This record gives sequence, C-alpha cells and structure tokens, in this order.
Amino acid sequence: MATIYVDGEQYEVNGSHNLLQACLELGLEIPYFCWHPAMGSVGACRQCAVKQFKDEDDDKGMLVMSCMSPAKDGTRISIADDEAEEFRQSVIEWMMISHPHDCPVCEEGGHCHLQDMTVMTGHDRRRYRFNKRTHRNQDLGPCINHEMNRCITCYRCVRFYRDYAGGEDLGAFGANDNIYFGRYEDGTLESEFSGNLTEVCPTGVFTDRTHSERYTRKWDMQFGPSVCHQCSVGCNISAGERYGEVRRIENRYHGEVNRYFLCDRGRFGYGYVNRDDRPLRPECPNGDGERRELDVDEALDRACELLRNAKGIVGIGSPRASLESNHQLKQLVGEDHFSTGLAGNEQACVERMRALNESCGLATPSLREIEQHDAVLVLGEDPIQSAARLGLSIRQAVLGRREELAEERGVPLWNAEAMKTLAQDQRYPLFTAYPQTTGLNGIVEQHWNLAPADIARLGFAVAREIDPDAPPVPDLDVSTRESAKLIAEKLLAANKPLLVSGGSLGSKAIIEASGNIARALAKRGKQEAGLSLIQREANSAGVEMLGGQPVEWALDRVLVGEADTLVILENDLYQRLATETLDAVFAKTPKLLVLDHQRTVTLERADLALSSASFAEADGTLVSMEGRAQRFFQVYEPRHMRPETRLHESWRWLHALAAERDKEPATDIVLDAVVRDCAERNAALAGIVEAAPDADFRISGQKLARSPHRYSGRTSMRAHLDVREPAPTRDPDSALAFSMEGYSGFDRPRQVVPFAWAPGFNSPEAWNKFMDEVGGHLRAGDPGVLLFRSADEVSDYSGEIPEAFVRGDDWQLTVLPRLFGGEETSSRTQPIIERSAPAHIAVARADAERLGLRDGDWLSLTGQFQALTLPATVNDQLPEGLVSVPAGLDPALITGARVSLSRIQLDEEVSS
Amino acid sequence: MNANIDRLRYRCQLRQPASERHEESHPLTWRLREDNAPIDLAEYERKNGYVGTRRALTEHSASEVIDIVKEANVRGRGGAGFPAGVKWSLTLQGEDIPRGYLVCNADEMEPGTFKDRMLLEQQPHLLIEGMIIGAYANNARFGYIFLRDEYREAAASITRALNEAREAGWLGKNIAGSGFDFDIALHTGAGRYICGEETALLNSLEGHRANPRDKPPFPGQSGAWGKPTVVNNVETLCNVPAVLQHGADWYQKLSGGRSDDGGTKLYGVSGRVERTGLWELPIGTTGEELMELAGGMQSGHALKAWLPGGGSTGLLLPKHLELPLDFDSIGEAGSRLGTGLLTVVSKEQSIVALLRNLEQFFARESCGWCTPCRDGLPWTVKVLQALERGEGQPEDIDLLQHLGKGLGPGQTFCAHAPGASMPLTSALKYFRDEFEAGVARPPAAVGEA
Repeated sequence: MATIYVDGEQYEVNGSHNLLQACLELGLEIPYFCWHPAMGSVGACRQCAVKQFKDEDDDKGMLVMSCMSPAKDGTRISIADDEAEEFRQSVIEWMMISHPHDCPVCEEGGHCHLQDMTVMTGHDRRRYRFNKRTHRNQDLGPCINHEMNRCITCYRCVRFYRDYAGGEDLGAFGANDNIYFGRYEDGTLESEFSGNLTEVCPTGVFTDRTHSERYTRKWDMQFGPSVCHQCSVGCNISAGERYGEVRRIENRYHGEVNRYFLCDRGRFGYGYVNRDDRPLRPECPNGDGERRELDVDEALDRACELLRNAKGIVGIGSPRASLESNHQLKQLVGEDHFSTGLAGNEQACVERMRALNESCGLATPSLREIEQHDAVLVLGEDPIQSAARLGLSIRQAVLGRREELAEERGVPLWNAEAMKTLAQDQRYPLFTAYPQTTGLNGIVEQHWNLAPADIARLGFAVAREIDPDAPPVPDLDVSTRESAKLIAEKLLAANKPLLVSGGSLGSKAIIEASGNIARALAKRGKQEAGLSLIQREANSAGVEMLGGQPVEWALDRVLVGEADTLVILENDLYQRLATETLDAVFAKTPKLLVLDHQRTVTLERADLALSSASFAEADGTLVSMEGRAQRFFQVYEPRHMRPETRLHESWRWLHALAAERDKEPATDIVLDAVVRDCAERNAALAGIVEAAPDADFRISGQKLARSPHRYSGRTSMRAHLDVREPAPTRDPDSALAFSMEGYSGFDRPRQVVPFAWAPGFNSPEAWNKFMDEVGGHLRAGDPGVLLFRSADEVSDYSGEIPEAFVRGDDWQLTVLPRLFGGEETSSRTQPIIERSAPAHIAVARADAERLGLRDGDWLSLTGQFQALTLPATVNDQLPEGLVSVPAGLDPALITGARVSLSRIQLDEEVSS
Repeated sequence: MNANIDRLRYRCQLRQPASERHEESHPLTWRLREDNAPIDLAEYERKNGYVGTRRALTEHSASEVIDIVKEANVRGRGGAGFPAGVKWSLTLQGEDIPRGYLVCNADEMEPGTFKDRMLLEQQPHLLIEGMIIGAYANNARFGYIFLRDEYREAAASITRALNEAREAGWLGKNIAGSGFDFDIALHTGAGRYICGEETALLNSLEGHRANPRDKPPFPGQSGAWGKPTVVNNVETLCNVPAVLQHGADWYQKLSGGRSDDGGTKLYGVSGRVERTGLWELPIGTTGEELMELAGGMQSGHALKAWLPGGGSTGLLLPKHLELPLDFDSIGEAGSRLGTGLLTVVSKEQSIVALLRNLEQFFARESCGWCTPCRDGLPWTVKVLQALERGEGQPEDIDLLQHLGKGLGPGQTFCAHAPGASMPLTSALKYFRDEFEAGVARPPAAVGEA
C-alpha cells in the first residue's frame, strides 16, 4: 500500500499501480484513451495528464501522464489543477481536428469512450478551421466495419490485435498525422479475436458489422446477462435486443473467466437466434408432407397423447441445453430412461475429464489463473480452435515471462512497451502436440506433429519421466523419450506448470495421459500445477454431472423394441451420429417429440415439435469445462413484439407436459423451483442454487433494469400491433425486469449486470466501475459457483497406453475442431459461415507426393459411412498415414476411423 | 546537377587549413587532409591512430575508462549535452546482466547540421576507435553505426574502414591482445528524423516502427533487444580516443577557460554568411568569434536572428552572439546549444516563412505516437501558412502560443515536439510583429487603405 495525495486529500492505494489506475479505483475521474487494464500503459495519447508536485512545498509542479507514473508512497498530484485541465482539453481538441464529428450516424455513438471523454474534459468549442485529413476505409470482412476517419490514434487496436492476441494482419501504417490502422490490403481480419477491436477501440473505427444491419443505440436496447453457448469455456456475455431480435453480443466482465475479451465465434455467432426459419410455434406434420402450426393447448394435448400411448419412452438430453431443461426431461421420462444426448465416446471422454478434474491431485484453473502459469503443455488440442478464449489465456501465460523479467529489472508491470522491449522473445515454455500446427504456433518452444495415439504415448512418457512410479510406455522410441524428458524437465522446473488437454480428438488415451502427468506432478509436490480439460459443448460438463446414458443406448432401446417414443431435447441427432445409424433407427418409426429452437433435420422429422426458447429467450444454468455453474438470463420476451410466437424454455414445456400427462393442475413453474429441484435431486449439482441470486433479489426494493434509463420508444414500438401499450411483461424467473425501470447503477454491488453503465461512462469502460479493483473482480463477487469437488486421494495411474501409430494400407482419419464452422448453432449464422474455411481433406506432403496428389484434386473419402467428396490440401505438418478433415462436416467422421481415399476424375463433359 | 552537389559539399567542409590544426589542440580534425579525402587505416595509424584504443584496452579496466571520460567531462555532442561518462556509468553491467550493445547515432538530420557527416566521410577510424573504447567501457558485445540513409559517401567510407579495422585486428576477437571481443555493423536508416532520438533509433534498429520509448528504463538498462545499450553521437565518440591518449586534464584544458566544459567542438555556420562551413574550436568560443571566421553576413544582408544548433533550438538575437557557445550559456539565454552549428537569419528573410518551413519539417517527421506532436504540429503549420499568405486571424497568435506551450517539454512523449516548439515560442517572443503582420486586415481596413 502507498499513501498518495490527490488535490490535497490523502488516499491509500496499491503502490504497484500507476497513478491513473490508482485514481480510477478511488473513483476519481481522469480521462484516458491508450491505457487499458488488460494491456497496461504506453503514454501515447497524453489524455491522462495531471500535475505532480515534488513535495509539500512545491507549488509549481509539472505535468505528468498519470498512466506512466507510479503511485509511489508520498506522491502528490492534482487532477483539478488549471494547467492540467487545460492541457487535457487541448488533447481532445487535437484528437478532434480530423475527427468527422459524425456521431449521429456513427455506430459507436452512445457507447463511445471518445464521446465520454470529450464530455469529461469539457472540450466543446472548435477552433481548427482548416481542412481535415481523410482516410480511405477497408473491407475487413463480415464481422468488422472500418471507418478510419474516426481514429484518434491511441494504438489500442494494434496493441490488442498484435501483442495481446498474436494477430499479424492488422498494423499501424504511415507516420505523423497520417497514421493508418488497417490491413495491407482489404480482406477479412484473420484473428479469432478480431471482434474485441469493437470494444478496445475507444471510438467508431472498428464497429460490429453484424450489428450494423439492424443497428440500435446502446441506450435503446434491452440486455440480458448471458453466458456464451458456443463452447465449453463459459464466457459471460451481454446480449442486446430490440424489436424481438438479438442485435449484438458484447463482453460481460467476469473476473475469473473472460475478463475483457471474447472470441469471434462467441461474439458474432448469435445469428441463429434471429433466423427466419426458426420454429416459433409448436408444429406437427399434417399428413401431406407439409407441417402445420399448433397452439399451446393443442400441442400439449397431442404431446400427452404421444406419451400416454407410448410403449416405452426414452428422453434424449443435450449438452447444448441448460441443466434445468435436461433435468426436467429426466424427471419427465424417469432416470432410467434418460440419455445425456452425448455420443458414447464423447460421454466417456467427459466422464474421464471430470474424474481427473476431481481426483488427479491438481486444481482446475480459471482462465485468470491460467494466465499465472509459467510452463504449459497442450496435448491433443488446438485451444485457439476448440476453446478460443482459453487459448488467448494460454498466450498470456506464456508471455508472462515478461513480468518476471520486468520485476527483476524494476520495470513496473503496467509499463507495457518497456516489458515488451525487455523480454523480446523470451517466453515461458509452451509445448504442444497435435496432428498439425496449432493456433499457438507463434509462441511455442516446441511442437510435435503426431497421430492421436502418439500424442497419448508422448504424454504417458512425460508422466513416467516425472515420476518413475508412473507406468512405462512399451516400445518407446528414443526421440519420443528425449522429447518427454525435455517436457518433464521444463514442467518440473516451473513453479506452476499447466496441462491442457481435452476431448477434441475423441481420444480417451490422450485424456488419461494428461491425467497421468497431472498425477505425477501432484506426487512430485507440484501443488500449484493445474489441469485444464477442454470439452466440446457449453453444457457437456453439466449434462454429464446430471448423469444418463449415451445417445446410442437410447437408440438401441428403439432398435430392440423397448421404446417406441423418443423425447429429444435441443439435440440434432444428425449432428451427432451417422445418417445411416439414424435412418436405421427411424425405420422403426418411433414417435418423435422434439424440442428445439432451431429447425434441425431431427426437428423436421418430429411427430410433434415444441418451439423452444434459445438462450436469448430463456433462463438456465450451464456448467463450463472448469466446473463453473453459471446462470444465463432471458434477454427479451418474444411475445412482446411478436405476439404470435409461442417460445418457451424447454424446461417450461417439459414441466407443462409432465403436469398435463399426470393430470396435475397446470400451474406454471418458475426457474428457481426447477433449480432447487435439480439441486436437491443431484448431489453433484447441489451448488447450482448459489450460481446466481434468486428471483427475489432486489436492490433498494427494486428489480434490476434490463434497459438503460434512456431507453426510448417504449410507448410506440408496438404501435403497428396495437396503439395501447401493454404493461411490461412480468419476469417471474429472475430478479430482472423487462424495463428501464429498476436498478441499473454501479455503486451497489451485484453479480447480475445486464449492461454496464455508470455516470459519464456509456462505453464498455464502464465495467471498471463495477470492480473491486480495475481488472479485478466484480465487487459482488464474480458470478457462478464451482462444482468440481477435489477428492482427498489422488487416483491411480492409468495404464491404458495405446500402441504407437503405424501407417497401414488405409488411412487414419482425424477430425480437427475449428472455431468457425465446427460448432452446430453458430454454424447457422451467416458471418460464421463466411469465415469458415472451405472444407477439405488434408493429406501429408510425403503421402501426396507419393500419390501425385496436388492441392485441389478431388478426393472421395470412404469408410463406415456415406462417401464424402472433398478437395485435397497438401499439409506439411500432418504425420504420414493420417488424413484430416475439419469438424462440422459430418458426424460420421470420427477421429481414429480407418478410411480409404480415391481420386475422382471430374467428367469433362458433365462438368462443362 | 553534379556541380550543384559539389558546391553544396564544398560549403559544408572544414574551413581551417592543415597548418592551423594540431594534434594537441584539434583532436577531432588535425589528421584531416586538405583534399578532404577519407583517411585510410595506414595514414590513420601513421598519425597516431588507435593509440588511445590500445591504451584503454591494455592499460585500463573498463571502470577506469569510464572514470577518465567522466573526469574529462565529455558532454554529449548530439545536442543534449549529457555527460558521456555519467551515461556510461549508468549502463547495467554485472555477471547476471547480459552483454549489450554500443550504438553510434549517426542519423544526423538536424536542420542546418553537417558536422558528423564530415567526420564520417573523412575520418571513420576515429569513430571506430571511439566505439571500441566505448564498448570496452560498457562491456558491449557488439556495435552498430546507425547512419542516415542519405549519407551514401559516409556509408562507403565507414564500410571501407570497418573492413580495414577488422583485417588489422582492431575489430573482432581479442582486440590488441586484450582479450576483448567486439565488432561493428553499419545500419543505414530509412530516412526518418525521429531516428535521431536514441530510443526511436533502437526501435528502428530492431525493425519496429521508429517510435520513441518511454524512459525509464533507459537504454543503459534495457536498450536494443532489451539489452543494456549505450547510444552516443558520432562527435561524442570521436572525442573519446584523444581523451584516452592524452588524459582528462589535457581535455579539460582544451577549452582554455572559455567554458566549464572541456574539449573542442565542431562549430559551423550556414545561411547568408560569407563563408559557410565547419571549424574545430575550443568549446565556449563566442558567436562573434565564429561569425568573424565565417566572414560575417553577405553584403546586402544584416543579421536578424540565429539558431544556435539546429532547427530544434530557439532563435536568438544578434546581441546573444557575445555569449560563449556552450551548453550552459546558451541554455541560460533561453535556447539550446544543440549541435552547435549556427543558422543565421537575414533581415531580408521572413521569420514566419522560416517557422513555417521548420514546423512543416517537424510535423512531417513526427512519428505519430503521441497526440500533441502528431496533431498539434500540423495545426501550427496550417496557421503559419495562413499567416504567410496574409490570411491569418487575430486569434492565431494566441493559438500559436497555446500550441507552442502544449508541445513543450514533459507534455509530449519525447523531445521531438518540444524541439519543434522552441523556435516557435522564441520567434513569437522576439518577432511577434511579423506574425501580426500576417493577420488579414478586416475588409473595412482594406477599403480605407
């Protein structure tokens, strides 16, 4: 702690911070641009100038940049000093010289840090009378709009894009007052994290292009505090809605998970919520191949008829549906008739992952904790593709060496450029093993291109090197042993080694190998080490904890005649199993009752489809790969703008169904009741009640407002339907109100924050007001609750060591996860489709040369599934004998499958 | 064209004949030939070359070398006048500290300055010597000469000298049997004035944008590639060999009591004087003496003002010529000695046009990192252009004053904008009437006239 004096007042602050951060934490306002809590200070914008005095007797003082000055004990500054104020006004005046002043048509307007800071400094008169400098804008792809004329040249964009996120295709060009931030030529920004530019940029240079078509000011949106459903990391998001459509996804600060940043799949992959073809009402086939819509009562009647007439019902849950919905399904069909909806191998992987998380002897780190690790081994995952936000944290961990070096040399940890200069390319060790290069390749110490079995063997060998009691790897070759020795040495030399693995390659052996390394590290006393296991879907962990049989079991019940009715919850089986498998089951003509928010192939086959709410219209709980149960809240009530819709949370449908079937009085159920019931019936999930405050939570007797207090048009936005304004929809499920009325401030601690706003801060910078310290935790504590329970004993080593991969006459298939196109729901969204690389079959260069294959040759892939024809790409990294395809093409393609390839000669006549 | 270049070259040469230059009084220039040709290694060694280096490497420890340079009080000749010995003593050295770099700042681009160029073209071995000694004192493992791209002739001369030195064992392993290893590479810049700022130079050397770095940490703590690095100007390093050869006392006395500083200085004059060029004179020589050597103003011209050491120094008046041209005296007069090469302004010349020209240069050469410099300088240019055209507005003078203040020291990231503001604020102080004359008269006034 340090004592500093600001305008004569004495304050206690964290002495390791800079003065800007220290003052912001005290609630003192200093305008700023280039400083960012996650990226430190660079002193470029000069906006945060204050007057600093040498001592008590110094009445002259000198201007310093508060972001570049340490909050040393005894520091005396003045924010209110006339000269400082005048200078800060001048800085804005300079920045505005060439700014277009186009706020009315600028999409940043209303959540613009430049607007906020301009107001804060009081600059309101223009003196510059000459021509403005103008720039040409670029097409940066489907996600980001570019308007360089608005730039104030704070350099935040390139610092985030290049230094923080490792991107290479955005740079600073030019010099003097002609600095240009862009690509060397037009084209889609390549970084998986480009969307953060829209929040990092303090003005409207980079804005959300997906929002552009249906643009709404921040103050005119209704927000829901939500959790991203697009992977297992569990990033917190704030989804904004108007006129019954989701308009934008923004980062919602969580001090342990995503903090300030999201990946592009999470930010731009929401469009499936707005699709025109969504089932908005229950529907059923009308007998002539068409489908007809039903009202709720009729749908429930039909559903009950289906259930009552059934001779054996099986419920199929889903890892992309909430715990509550899965729980209600399990209650409806009974524990013995419930499937998790996970494919068998997937479920086995998830089960093993939880077992390891709870009993390998190491903790499961949060993303924030991951960034504190000082050696990383990634086995069988490309985190940038499978859990992108986690990959970004691994990058920060590896770059953390900068901080160690800075501390050695007395460079303050906020002095970003100085740390970069000092460290250069010195990083903490990162080792990766994967069938081909990964998104972390730029920062690895060593990478191995290996077949899945060999990745597992390398892992087992590392465990053995760390602890001689770990089982030996049979027939281990010298080079793998040397590699294992190197990795083991580096992991043991680190204070906090981190293992990252997961189920992306569908290999239990890889997971077990990571488990053995974890156990070995635990036994060697590396208690600070961590194990992070990546799962595929948003609620994979939750549905596994709820318990149930894999989906193949459910289908077998139909095949063996034990069941003739399937209740399928938010699960497109055609995304999980081969078409042939499913066709065989459906040939038995089981009755299908499908609940979903997307028009999937499965839903189209349903005898009755119930229109479920997507995350945007629903409340529920997800359990992330970290075991963190997090509640997501409804963003908007769909019937408000579209009265014809009949969208309900699946758990609400399923409750009504159960009540109807059991002829109980059809009372509505509320979220808290489902949560409590789920917690009571499942010991492992007992904690979920605490994942968020219940619906009775109030601040000063008020519910929490979903909309900013400046929300406009409430009385007229439904005028095309009815000139009378209905009362706002009541929300019985949460402490949130579908209204601008209610609490929306920052000063009373709360976990449930639909949107961040504080007086003077309309931009995302307002989040800093909600934290205990800037970049720290929400003052009310970060939302969610950790469910994994560490066992007292470290579990025994696994001895399931696979044999080394040997290439045969056929090929071994690997299916590689991909951020864009590799996940079901986001893949139904246009910008994600545009960013998905074209599907291809990758063949190792040596194999391609042997076969005379070239890029673009058409290959037919055959195995235990329908043949697939795709163009070839020759891959320099892939081990010989392996072919790879990207995830999301066909669920029949499974890593490890033996396949054959044949070249297709396109028929000239037909093709012409 | 060629004749033009030759004429320009002629105008920036040393003006003292060989007969006036002596080893004990003109350490920087006594070896230079009348024909201005580069001095090769043989000639250089014949003229007591590398004596200082041999002495430093074989007779002194690194810290003794630093002490000698400190004692001699060699002040940095790049413009700031920071004592070189003190700079060297702040370089991190130690067993757990990696060996770093010695970088020679030869990116001479200060308007009106051409002294380093002459040394580089004609006497590169003197610089190499200075760098070897500097590297030895600072435990640097490698040296770079960061050369202004336009100095093509200097590049050829340096390259030749480096090869000679390497061949003769003055560079490479175990120099002069001392066990000290050191080599030098020539790096030519891409033509940015800001690369003369030592930390921008380091960023550029590393292949980054030439943005300056924040200090601390100073280059001596974390410089090129994060290693301890010393950056010295050409003339500064060229002062070092003789100090080692003849001692600190001798160096101190060179100024002959004219200044508290020691040594000689390469002074120069450009502008409307009879003889432009360079002179090696005791530091502390007065402006009057220098002007006399330059033959005074050309006929038809009278002195209105002068810049003491480049475009980034404040304007002074004729009366200031009586001051000794050293760092402290010129500083006290409100300007900076800078590079010590005078630019004279004739009464026939417009101060507003001069400032417009200078600020245009500085605005163009801003790296664009910090706001006041990037966006404030172009505004001053626009205002000055308006005044030059007689289209100024009455508020423009106050606005320039305000801009000049905002661009001052401590408010910008580096010294570039404060350098640019110095001539501006001094011009407003001394020649406000010329600015006021550029304000457009109201239409009514025009009518009356």
